[in-house]
Amino acid sequence: MAYTEETPQIKVLPPDTAKIKKLWRVAGILALVTIAEFAVAFNIPHEYKDLRIWTFILMTIVKAGYIVGEFMHLRYEVKVLFWSILIPMIFVVWMLVAFVYEGISIFELRQW
Amino acid sequence: MANPAQVTVPAPGRSVWDGGVSPMNASYGKLMMWFFLLSDAFTFSALLITYGLVRSAHPAYEGDVDKFVFSQEYWPIPEKVFDAVPFFHGWEAPLVFVGLMTFILIMSSVTMVLAVEAGHRMDRKAVEKWMLWTILGGITFLSCQAWEWTHFIIGTDAGSTLPDGTKIFGANLRINQYGPPDFAAFFFFITGFHGFHVFSGVLLNFLVYYNTVTGVYDRRGHYEMVEKVGLYWHFVDLVWVFVFTFFYLV
Repeated sequence: MAYTEETPQIKVLPPDTAKIKKLWRVAGILALVTIAEFAVAFNIPHEYKDLRIWTFILMTIVKAGYIVGEFMHLRYEVKVLFWSILIPMIFVVWMLVAFVYEGISIFELRQW
Repeated sequence: MANPAQVTVPAPGRSVWDGGVSPMNASYGKLMMWFFLLSDAFTFSALLITYGLVRSAHPAYEGDVDKFVFSQEYWPIPEKVFDAVPFFHGWEAPLVFVGLMTFILIMSSVTMVLAVEAGHRMDRKAVEKWMLWTILGGITFLSCQAWEWTHFIIGTDAGSTLPDGTKIFGANLRINQYGPPDFAAFFFFITGFHGFHVFSGVLLNFLVYYNTVTGVYDRRGHYEMVEKVGLYWHFVDLVWVFVFTFFYLV
């Protein structure tokens, strides 16, 4: 092999137990919210459609917040980076609202 | 990593945006991964928003949930479609299998973040261990999805009956036993596009594992590649959280 570079001296640091504990706690929260989603899916009857949908959306946002904030570390990044990612997503939320409204409107027009 | 020691203060009279410093305090690779993920989020949003549009333009099932039958006339209730579990043929276990898949993907996200943590400490053995667990989680998820697709395509024993009396089983892009044709089309496109992301993620994870084992990152002096691929892997998990809610639960 032409590659002759020596492996430099590596200094392995001991595990950061506080950080690892925190990561497992986040994992626990994510698992709990998923279990709660199942509880909602089977215990709130389908008649309460809006309540079901909004609870699911709320829980999804909680899960997304933990994944992006803690696992992807975005919460600890510089504010400019944080908002560069978050602000465009606000437009996406608006797009979702607008298009679901559009769909409902298409449905109503087809009833005529 | 917002390491305060690395934050450079610009000279007086100059803004951080005038050059010479990194205003977002992130490496080029990490920043580009973030912006790629943002654009990828737009793509997935487009798919899920279109799903919302088409679904709300279709009639919903209005009757008693217990008496639900598949029909081309209305959009199906997802938990009535996804109620099968491997090795338990004929059992009705709504959402159990997809819940297991969600759990597997979240766990592989946890092992990935532990690999990133080990990388910060230059602990090669720990990175190897956690990367292997992450790859295993990814492969398990893909296998579950393969089963899920097979079941969806083959269909149930009963199938469903069209108004003219013909029976149909399973699903393709033209017709499906579960509901309007668009339902199966969205299932294939959304879970397929996500599954392809998981597949690419497994390949990238394997690449990182290979480079770790061969000592590439030790020679490089840092494990930032684990962090960058980690961002991608968490994103794949994040998308699944949204697919799970909007496709399977709502």
